[in-house]
Formats: sequence, structure tokens, C-alpha cells
Amino acid sequence: MLDEELKADLQKRGIFVASFEDLYNWGRKNSLWPLQFGLACCAIEMIATAAARFDMARFGAEVFRPSPRQADLMIIAGTVTKKMAPLVVRLYNQMPEPKYVIAMGACAISGGPFKEGYNVLKGIDRYIPVDVAIPGCPPRPEALLEGLIKLQEKIQGQRLFGPHRARHADTDDAADYPVPAYGAHDLEPALNPRIFRPDPPRRAGE
Amino acid sequence: MSYLPSLAPSRTIDVSLGPQHPSTHGVFRMNVTLDGETVTKLQPVFGYLHRNHEKIAEGNSWLAAMPYTDRLDYICPLTNNWAYALAVEKLAGIEVAERAEYIRVITAELTRLQNHVAFLGFVLGDMGAWGTALMYAFREREKILDLFEALTGARMMCNYMRFGGCRCDLPAGWIESARKLVDGFPAFLDEMEALLTGNEILLARLQGIAPLTAKRAINGGLSGPVLRAAGVDQDIRKVDNYGIYNRFKFRVPRGSVGDCYDRFMIRILEARESVEILKQAIAAIPEGPVVNPKAKQRGFRPPAGEAYGRIEGPKGELGFYLISDGSDRPYRFRIRPPSLINLTLLEELCLGTKIADVMVILGSIDIVLGEVDR
Amino acid sequence: MTGILEAIRAALPSAGVELLQNPSPCAQHSLIVCPKDARAVAEFLRNSLGYDFCSNVSGVDWPARKVKETIVRKETVEGVETEVKETVEREIPGFLEAVYHVFSISKRSGVLTLRVRTGNRTDDVSIPSLTPVWKSADFQEREAYDLFGIRFDGHPDLRRILMWDEFADHPMRKDYNPPDDFEYEPTPHDEILVKVKARTEAA
Repeated sequence: MLDEELKADLQKRGIFVASFEDLYNWGRKNSLWPLQFGLACCAIEMIATAAARFDMARFGAEVFRPSPRQADLMIIAGTVTKKMAPLVVRLYNQMPEPKYVIAMGACAISGGPFKEGYNVLKGIDRYIPVDVAIPGCPPRPEALLEGLIKLQEKIQGQRLFGPHRARHADTDDAADYPVPAYGAHDLEPALNPRIFRPDPPRRAGE
Repeated sequence: MSYLPSLAPSRTIDVSLGPQHPSTHGVFRMNVTLDGETVTKLQPVFGYLHRNHEKIAEGNSWLAAMPYTDRLDYICPLTNNWAYALAVEKLAGIEVAERAEYIRVITAELTRLQNHVAFLGFVLGDMGAWGTALMYAFREREKILDLFEALTGARMMCNYMRFGGCRCDLPAGWIESARKLVDGFPAFLDEMEALLTGNEILLARLQGIAPLTAKRAINGGLSGPVLRAAGVDQDIRKVDNYGIYNRFKFRVPRGSVGDCYDRFMIRILEARESVEILKQAIAAIPEGPVVNPKAKQRGFRPPAGEAYGRIEGPKGELGFYLISDGSDRPYRFRIRPPSLINLTLLEELCLGTKIADVMVILGSIDIVLGEVDR
Repeated sequence: MTGILEAIRAALPSAGVELLQNPSPCAQHSLIVCPKDARAVAEFLRNSLGYDFCSNVSGVDWPARKVKETIVRKETVEGVETEVKETVEREIPGFLEAVYHVFSISKRSGVLTLRVRTGNRTDDVSIPSLTPVWKSADFQEREAYDLFGIRFDGHPDLRRILMWDEFADHPMRKDYNPPDDFEYEPTPHDEILVKVKARTEAA
């Protein structure tokens, strides 16, 4: 890696030096294409973020694609119900790598205010890996923009080679996440044990 | 082997529209059977946003159900709050403070304005003019959301109404800002009308699509602008005279044909009438407390009984049917969802139309999935 | 309400309709209609009395409950007639109920509440559907079937509407057991609740 001082010095003289990884990540992070996928109330704040006052276009993410095959960012905006969960996982599987997930709002993170509901999935991270979680009910547009910037920082820091390389550079990693099926009382399986390993739940009164 | 199209058997195609769909109404799915481009069968599939409001409310106190009502029709949280507060006030016989009634009317009409304006943006997006009208609409909506944020603390999810009044009083200067916004609003409506209502493409795509007779609309349980577009003179603000609506002079626009164009125009006309109500309410708001001091919020235990309370929400008749058994939680908390019931006639309206018209018809009914599935 | 009841009794003398008083200040009393007469009463209301707008259809679950009653009876005890107080416990059987709120658009009337009750909560759960009378009951009766288990005979398309088709339970019933995936998270408020409970128990 290059010394930062040397880099700054060269920049002042009009010579820009970057590694291939930095350039690749810089291009990717500034042109994220979100999937047009709003579930509930957070979707309205997502639309407000893309609208004129808060303007997500400043960060390069204004091209909302309706098809998952053309998107690389899925903003889960709103409550994921158990009826919707298999479809969310299927959409995630249809997105090509590299792909990222932002869980926007309390409902997508953990079920939110509807946590006691029989049809509410207690967080989308039970089935698909989440990169950035934005709390709020709904999060303000500024909060969504901060989450987007955090994701951009994460993308900038991703490595393509080496033992800690990004998931999409790792051809040994599984491609498809298993889609849950509708059971008689709940989804089957209730969670994906490979990615969701919570602490054992504490019951009320303990 | 040559392929002769005339000998080919004609088949219908089954298409599943949604639940992930560019149309921004949410996770709504329609199983459509097409003969070429014409719809021969349409089955809506609900439940992708069924968040169990009714069951959760049975486990929480009466006041704790108020923030959940925000999330029903999430574009219009303040009218949902009012509908629930009204139903509880009917159930327990609570009187509402005078100033609170005026604040309720002002916030409800502002909600109606921003809902109809957002409708314009969404329905034009459904027709294919993606983005442009939405930007204009959301520009105006943001101004109204600023007012809501100054008053209640939140842009959406206001949680503002209480039993017998409102949560807190208007901050200093709020009425002035509201007056300025209301005075400037007709200019925005004129701008939108100049751009939209003479537009050839809009007229071709909206006029004559899915006409609806008054009798069919009443039997189908439609309410709100969809019912009035079909020619029925039913506005719950005039029929039930809830709140203090009988003190304001306003007209109720009615359509004649009940097609998509009527449903589209009626909302622009209703927005103008809302501006009239707002001018009168802002001029006449009195001083006083904003909540009935005798009404209990926490630990509220209404006597046993039941009540059905309804208001004219921006989407239609929003009603709450509450059964109390004397305890501190509702026994039954039923939400009468205008968006779900307005979809009762969706299949009828869409039969025989083209697939592109299905999205326009759905957009003109103006649904919100939080309310359809609850 | 009594006017409507008399009109129904005049037109359909054999219909089982009775008035249920509502103790709430809003005085929205309801009519309990026997399931076998529900269709006839609904059609009479729509065609003759002008109640053409069925606004709301709700399902309600009334589980069986035990009621303790003190009854006083006269008994001969050692030759003297005395009054004996006895506490008797009886069980009111449970049932499911569909509540219809109908309005008349032309008359601008207030709400008319109809209640149709099933036999019990287990096997006798069928009541006639009022969708042929008021089309607005279509989706709402499907929802009552989905969430409560009330079967509506004569409904054009009775299947689940909000839950998926393979779902087996009726979640809005009072004895529904949700799946065990709700992880309890302690909050600062819990300590306050414990203190309040201890204080009220000590008092």
C-alpha cells in the first residue's frame, strides 16, 4: 500500500495514484442501484429521500430498478411479514453479486412495533445477511442517507483478494439462500441457522 | 414445418402482478389472466403486509393503540388517529375540547391535501410518467410535513390525538405558517392542473376507463372519492356532522361517469374544498385547553359496551368498531379499512380492459397496503 | 331501532330477531338475527327499508365463560321456611359472531348493527353469507373465515385472504397460541413495573 503522504504530495502535482481495489470500490459505491422495493411506511420515507428535498441522487443511488436482476442494493423498507418473507429471499437470490442489503426501520431489523404479531417476521436478518441496519420508525430521510453513506464506506473497505475478501470475490461461498416454505403454523424453517445465531431468548420474568 | 397462426390454439396467459412491483402502492398482488392484452380474470391476493394490528391491540392498553393507528394508512396518520379517538369518545361518552376540535379539523384537512397531492404523483407514475409529477407532489407534501413536525414532533407517525382532544398545543407561529401555506396552495393546484388536465395522453388514458354506476358502487361498499366520483352524494363530514364540520361551508364535488378521469379530477376538486375549510378554520380557532381535563389517558378503562365510529378519511370511510369489557384493554379492535373495501369491485372494473389500464384503475382507487392488510 | 324491529317483525313474523341493548353512551343497539333468517332479514332491510350500504363486517370470538351467580330460594329447614342463598356456577357456552354495520345512503340514517351468531366454536360454525345481498361483505367475510373460522354458506369464494393457504390456525381467536419466536427484551421500564408491583402488593 502507498504511503498517504506520498499520495497527497503526488495529488498536489496532478498525479492520482490508486490501487485497483480502491478504484473498483469507488466506482461501485458511487453508483449503487437500489431495487424498487418498498414494503410499508418506510417506503414513503425512502421515496421522500429520493425526492427533491433530500435527493438521493447526490450519492449516486437514484436509479431505482424494478427488476432484481439489474439491482445491487436491496433496501428492505418496512415490515417483512411471514407471507412476504419467501418472496424477499427469492428476490435476494435473483440479485447478482455483489449485492448489499440495508434493513431500514425497526420492523426490518427486528419486527419493530409489530414484534408480537403472528404474521410478522422478527427481522429480515433471519434469512438474508444484512449489511447496514438503520433504526427508526420511520427513520428520517437524513438517517437513510447516513445509512447509505455507511454502506458506501463499507464497500470502499472491501477487499478483493486475501483471506478477508468480500463475499462476491469468494467463489466458495454459497450463492443461493434457502427460501422458506409456508407451514401450517409458521414458516419452515423459522430461520436460517447459517446466518442467524441469536443468544437464547430471555423469557419475561427471568 | 410451417407454423400457421390461424391454426394455433389460443391460450390465455396467467400473470402475477406483484407483490414486488414498480407501482408504489405497496405489496399488493394480482393474479391476472390475459387473453392477448385483455383481462379475462383478476384475483387480488392480500396479506403480504398483514401486521396483526387487531391482535396486538387486544394485548395493549387503549392509549397504546394510538401509535399503531398511525401505521394503518401511513400516508395519513393524523386522520387515522382522529378516527380512533372518535370511536373511543363515542364508546365512553367523552367530550372534546373546543380548541382541539379546530386543531383536529385543521390537521385532518392538511392531511387530506398532502394525500391528494401524493395521489397525483403516484397515479402519474402508474401511467408511466415516472418521477416528474412525484417530485412536484412531494415538494408540496414536504411543506405540509414541516408543519406536522413542528406540531407533533414527527413527519409521519404523529401519534397526536388523545381521548378528548390532542396531545399538545400549537407552538407559537404555527397558525401563521399554516395560513401562509394554505394561501399559497391554490397556486400549486393551478400549476398541476395547467400541466395535467389538458394533457392529451392523460385524457386518453383516463377517460372512459372502468366506469362505475352509483348503485353498483353503493352495493360494493365503496366510500370516499371513489364513491363520489360515481355520482353518490355521500361525504361523512356532511352526513354524520362529526367534530365541528357543520360550522364550515364547503361543497362536495361529485362525478358523473365514475371512470378513472372522474376519480382523478374529484381529488383535485376536493383539495380545493379542503383549502376553503382550512381558511375558515384557521380564521376561527379559539383559545382554550387542547384536551378535556376529565378524560383519562393512561389507565383508561371505558365501561363495558361497544361503539362504531367513522370519519371521512382521505381514502374513504375509516371506521373503528370497538368492544370494551370494562378492562384496560380492548376486547375487540376492528378497523374498517376503506382501501380493502374499495378493492371489492376491482375485478369487475378491470374485466375487458387492457393490462396497462389495470394499473391505472388500481392507481385511481388510491389504496394503501397498510390499511388493506392491517 | 324499535321502529326497524317492528318493521322486520311485521314483514317476517317467523324471523328470530331480538334487540341487544348496548350499555355504552353512544346507544348503538344491535339486532341479533337467527342464522336461518339472516338472508331474509338482510334482503328485507336492503329492498324495503333502504339499507343499501353494508359498511363493516367483523368477526368476534366469545369463548365459553363461567359465571358465578347467587340465587335465593325458599327452602324448608327444620320446619321453618327460610331463604337460602346459594352460589351457583354455570357455564355460558362460547360462540363466534359476525357483526354487520349497515347504513342507508339515501336516508342518511345512523348505523344499524346486525349480529349473527354460530352455534358453538368447534363444529357448528356455519352461518349464511350476506355477500349476495351486500357485495361489500365479500372480502370481509373471507377475513372473518380466515382469522376466526366462521364458515359463510353461499359465499362465492370462501378461502383465506390474509394468511397463506397452508396456514391451519385461526389467529384472532382468544385461545390461539402464536409460534414461540418472540424474544423478550428487557427495558428500563421493567424495573419500574417490578417496583410498582411490589408496592401494590405490600399495600
